[in-house]
Amino acid sequence: MNFRLILNIAVHLLRARLKQTVVAAVGVTFGIAMFITLVSFMNGMNDLLDGLMLNRTPHVRLYNEIKPSEEQPISLSEKYKNNTNFISSIKPKDRGKAIYNSQVIIKNLKADSRVIDVAPKITEPVFFNSGTIEISGVINGVDVAAEENLFQLSDYIVEGKISDLKQNNSIIIGKGLADKMLLIPGDIIKITSAKGNLASLKIVGISQVGIADIDDKTSYTSLNTAQKLMGESTNYVTDIQVKLFDITTAPALAKEFKTKFDLDTIDYQTTNSQFETGSTIRSIISYAVGIVLLIVAGFGIYNILNMMIFEKMDSIAILKATGFSGSDVKWIFISLSLIIGITGGVFGLFFGYIFSSIIDALPFNTASLPTVKTYPINYNPIFYVIGISFALLTTAVAGLFPALKASKVDPVEIIRGK
Amino acid sequence: MSNKVLETKGLSKYFYDPIKFQVLKEISMSVNHGEFVSIVGKSGCGKSTLLYLLSTMDTEYEGELFIHEELITGKSDKELAVIRNEKIGFVFQFHYLLSEYNVLKNVMLPGMKLGKLSDAEIEHNAMEHLKTLDMEDQALKMPNQLSGGQKQRVAIARALINNPLIIMGDEPTGNLDKKNSDMVFDIFNQLTKEHNQTLLIVTHDHDFANRTNRIVTMEDGKII
Repeated sequence: MNFRLILNIAVHLLRARLKQTVVAAVGVTFGIAMFITLVSFMNGMNDLLDGLMLNRTPHVRLYNEIKPSEEQPISLSEKYKNNTNFISSIKPKDRGKAIYNSQVIIKNLKADSRVIDVAPKITEPVFFNSGTIEISGVINGVDVAAEENLFQLSDYIVEGKISDLKQNNSIIIGKGLADKMLLIPGDIIKITSAKGNLASLKIVGISQVGIADIDDKTSYTSLNTAQKLMGESTNYVTDIQVKLFDITTAPALAKEFKTKFDLDTIDYQTTNSQFETGSTIRSIISYAVGIVLLIVAGFGIYNILNMMIFEKMDSIAILKATGFSGSDVKWIFISLSLIIGITGGVFGLFFGYIFSSIIDALPFNTASLPTVKTYPINYNPIFYVIGISFALLTTAVAGLFPALKASKVDPVEIIRGK
Repeated sequence: MSNKVLETKGLSKYFYDPIKFQVLKEISMSVNHGEFVSIVGKSGCGKSTLLYLLSTMDTEYEGELFIHEELITGKSDKELAVIRNEKIGFVFQFHYLLSEYNVLKNVMLPGMKLGKLSDAEIEHNAMEHLKTLDMEDQALKMPNQLSGGQKQRVAIARALINNPLIIMGDEPTGNLDKKNSDMVFDIFNQLTKEHNQTLLIVTHDHDFANRTNRIVTMEDGKII
């Protein structure tokens, strides 16, 4: 088959119907551009929201939960072994929040090939003293480098620098806390630990996550400072946060670590199930809208090709009479459709990118998202690949039916009819 | 190799709509190389139907059709398209030029489909044909800028481009006035005389038919 000739005929047919062709191609362009814009915007939004909560959550967290012993003394007794025991008024066992042998566990986890990195952490309830008022809150003692590496803590520091935490006795407090107590970086804050230890720390920064509950209570300090505040040794750690290469393995690994290290573990999926659902639904909606737009464009192409075939019956008849087979004629019309699809699609990608960039430049200021200045856009090339493939698919299908009809035109009927 | 370009053996054709009706009844005929044959007959006698069977475009018939001693009956759509492209040139009552292409391209199209020669060679041949038909100065015009007679001459040039075994015409002068009809006849006549071209023309123009080598008269689906 001579594709160059077929393409040449298709192009000439299109040029003769330039206006309709442009309308059909604009339909595709519009569909693709909207698809790209919507999907990029929705995914940008998803990433932002994911970043807000999910990226701040470890994939697996190892800690000691306060709970009663599973093995009560009576179950060890031979005498009552076959009886059913009812025990009332059990109190949780005080094992302390500290993770026993934390250094070895961290070393062990870091050596695991499935683990990106490990960040130890101390979480303690404290009182912030402001004059006579005590405000309850939480102090997080973090390994500054590891925390920044895994959770991008600096994204949420609105004043000061995260590296300043490396100085002794320094602290970064939540925006809500700072506003309440009228504190600014450089001030000294007095802190009382749950055990009654008192400390004065210098404020080196203000953090704002965008969730009032967190910003009103949370503060960050270095692991050392927190250990000193608690009066504990340098081995004292209450949480071990793990980030994995493959997040889908988190539930399985959480179980594995639980038995391996004899600690309580919780995985990312359990902590954030509702966020996952929201992201999935938003993606489905944007894909559905994009695909509907393209299908509408497909109907436009179908109509225009059908009309063209009626107009060009004579041409089809003579092409067949002079030696073009049914499949040649079919390919002429499929090429017509694909030309519309490719041009429309490429322009669609281009305009989709432009629209995305425009949205990306629009200011978007909200108190809950301090580090975000403009609307978020995800420029993932896979959206463009999906867009152009779907444009080609719809136009090919839309062109196929008219093309098959054209291939079946009986030249004798047309020529005799004259 | 025999001299027969076209041969039929017992061709019958039925129309089924609105009732079953036999249009062609056991037609056996042949056309020799270099002959200028015309088929005449009253309207509805089946002469055009016969031509379309011979042209391979209509494949629903009984009997056998040979082109150049080769059995054509039962070949696939693709094979028939190749045969039409290579061995048969068509001239219809209506010119059927593609309005999107200029005259030269219209003539070249079947040649480009055949793909045996380069585009430059086809263009050269097309210009030669247009020259013999006295149309070379119209080569770059679009078909809608030509008169009826000129369009028909372009259609003849298109029929000639692949040096076909036979040229078939269905009332090629039907839409033309006397002057243009004569001109088309003269072209055909010249083709048989000078190039030994085989021609098979359906017509109801008796003046035209009387001047051809052989007249095949049809009545009620039979040759008489």
